[in-house]
Amino acid sequence: MNQTHADYQLSQLDQLEAESIHIFREVAAEFEKPVLMFSGGKDSIVMMRLAEKAFYPAKIPFPVLQVDTGFDFPEVLSTRDNWVNRLGVRLIVASVDEAIANGVIVDDGKTSRNRMQIGTLLHAIEEEGFTAAFGGGRRDEEKARAKERVYSHRDEFGQWDPKMQRPELWSLYNGRLHAGEHMRIFPISNWTELDIWHYLGQEGIEIPDIYFSHQREVIERDGMLLSASEAVQPRDGEKIETRTVRFRTVGDMTLTGCVESEADTINKIIDEISVARLTERGATRGDDRFSEAAMEDRKKEGYF
Amino acid sequence: MSGATESEYVPEARLKMDLLRFATAGSVDDGKSTLIGRLLLDSKSIFEDQLEAVEATSASKGYDYTDLALLTDGLRSEREQGITIDVAYRYFATPNRKFIIADTPGHVQYTRNMVTGASTADLGLVLVDARHGLTEQSRRHAVILSLLRVPHLVLAVNKMDLVDFDQATFDKIHAEFTSFATKLNIPDLQVIPISALNGDNVVNRSESMDWYQGPSLMHHLENVHVASDRDLVDARFPVQYVIRPKSDDFHDYRGYGGQLASGVLKPGDEIVVLPSGMTSTIAGIDLFDREIAEAFPPMSVTVRLTDDVDVSRGDMIARVNNAPVPSQDIDAMVCWMTNEPLRKGQKLAIKHTTRTGRALVKDIQYRLDVNTLHRDTESATSNGLGLNEIGRVQLRTTVPLLVDPYSKNRTTGSFILIDEATGITVGAGMINSGS
Repeated sequence: MNQTHADYQLSQLDQLEAESIHIFREVAAEFEKPVLMFSGGKDSIVMMRLAEKAFYPAKIPFPVLQVDTGFDFPEVLSTRDNWVNRLGVRLIVASVDEAIANGVIVDDGKTSRNRMQIGTLLHAIEEEGFTAAFGGGRRDEEKARAKERVYSHRDEFGQWDPKMQRPELWSLYNGRLHAGEHMRIFPISNWTELDIWHYLGQEGIEIPDIYFSHQREVIERDGMLLSASEAVQPRDGEKIETRTVRFRTVGDMTLTGCVESEADTINKIIDEISVARLTERGATRGDDRFSEAAMEDRKKEGYF
Repeated sequence: MSGATESEYVPEARLKMDLLRFATAGSVDDGKSTLIGRLLLDSKSIFEDQLEAVEATSASKGYDYTDLALLTDGLRSEREQGITIDVAYRYFATPNRKFIIADTPGHVQYTRNMVTGASTADLGLVLVDARHGLTEQSRRHAVILSLLRVPHLVLAVNKMDLVDFDQATFDKIHAEFTSFATKLNIPDLQVIPISALNGDNVVNRSESMDWYQGPSLMHHLENVHVASDRDLVDARFPVQYVIRPKSDDFHDYRGYGGQLASGVLKPGDEIVVLPSGMTSTIAGIDLFDREIAEAFPPMSVTVRLTDDVDVSRGDMIARVNNAPVPSQDIDAMVCWMTNEPLRKGQKLAIKHTTRTGRALVKDIQYRLDVNTLHRDTESATSNGLGLNEIGRVQLRTTVPLLVDPYSKNRTTGSFILIDEATGITVGAGMINSGS
């Protein structure tokens, strides 16, 4: 906290924190079965921290759900486990591989793992009967997200209808649902990428070390640097090189590129992104590049 | 390495930044999207890939210049129709302040979106086209902002380049608006001549309007004083969630989680819990794992009491000699937000702070014409309140609500109405009084 009591002022970061905690408590009070979607990425770690603060000294009163694409970074999974163990929350892993094996979704060999997460996620929400799923989406990420509500209604097919969004006034959230419907909740809607980094710095909490500069074997593809792995092998004309890189977002290894960077501390990362010329999604997320409306289309289907 | 540690992190200016939420109203014709695009571009909040995408689209449409409006039109249907149909939120920051823009459409059929955007705003920005002067639309925007008690208003007279930066044109609009504004509740008004397309008086002072001595729009947004808009006197703490760890370490811990709506609370304060009226004393206030000396808005804290009184979600903690009156008869201005009109005798769900109940519409007194401020009782009696209409309504609620007038408190003075069959938010209310 950085308020000076003399003038009863909260910094903008503390105001964002207070707003997010309000949202977490509101959902815990009004929904029967909430769940926190946790990827192990920086945004979902901020979410975990906010949930921890909202209910302290009680434990977080809902489980966390991770969609395992089968191509997740091992560093991210270990950070996830540390967080889950420290807070003593129940972890549910919904695996894309299992969903394929069980016939929940179909792997046609063309659809990306990122897109296959949608079916896996919706199935897990339905199976467990979750009525509210917290996500780490931010409105500054992308144009379609700029119009997302904090409480985002999904029909019984998990779909988002941008024209049917409920008006959201003051801090009065409407959590009414019909059977089979659920609500996506975005407590950090008003945070920007810089806010996330400053908060991680202020809180001094663990994030996966792939966010910091390190040496990695990479393959350059379509202007992106992908981590060489079993899932990402060089194609014709491509070669594996060792570069000094870091990740700005963490997702499916086959789609998430890294950037060349020497930033090995939070301060250096903040300096770097303060002058960055590309949005974090545009720079490193293959899944958003397919069309101008890529995010809007995936959101309508039930993406995070 | 396991992430950052506190010792290596040096807090920077951003940790001291404050926040300004502002709502913009206007249509594409007024150049609103262009102005927002300009603010984002000139504050370097736009990234290369976003600008490239917009440049490519502008070129493919055959425009001579980059259409900055394309930066803010988010949904595909909006891009296709070239209009903004929903509230979009934008973010930018200057060294001392972060800004959240609620970008709302201007046409009358989107009044509900404007009301939504204005509900959380500290400042409202109304745009007019210098060539056309004040229109019905700009008056309506000012009326809505004043109804929503947005404390600061900026009238940006845009497209000054198209009237040759003429001072007389500006002065005429300025005078006309000031005279209109006297009928409204606008504590702070600033009128600024700009050209969003060229950037005149947007971030930098215009060289073409040396007759204008006031601040640029950005300078005004950066410096407008919002801290004193808060009420630090009347303590109002709606209880959201009861925290009971039931763990060995915190066996008897019982705390009340909530966000302070107004006023200051300190350990030792004598308080009353509403609606029960039971009194107690604050034993401590916790913010995560720290006890704090005082809580003030908009902090989210956990309050502990010295007595084992029965407190649950929906209750409100206030000061013994300064508490709202529990009310079941509510007189309010309601903005109606759905196609099927609001009728006398209708029953709806109501959410006020953390309290939910049912409400019966006892009377719709009049419909307010937001263009002329005329009170139309006849229309209210025969037609009720239609989509995007605002009117004065009397409600009877099943549970007592702990209300203050909206003019005193935007949190304890507001409510939403929910259709019980569809679950949709259908109305937004601003309380005049309760009894």
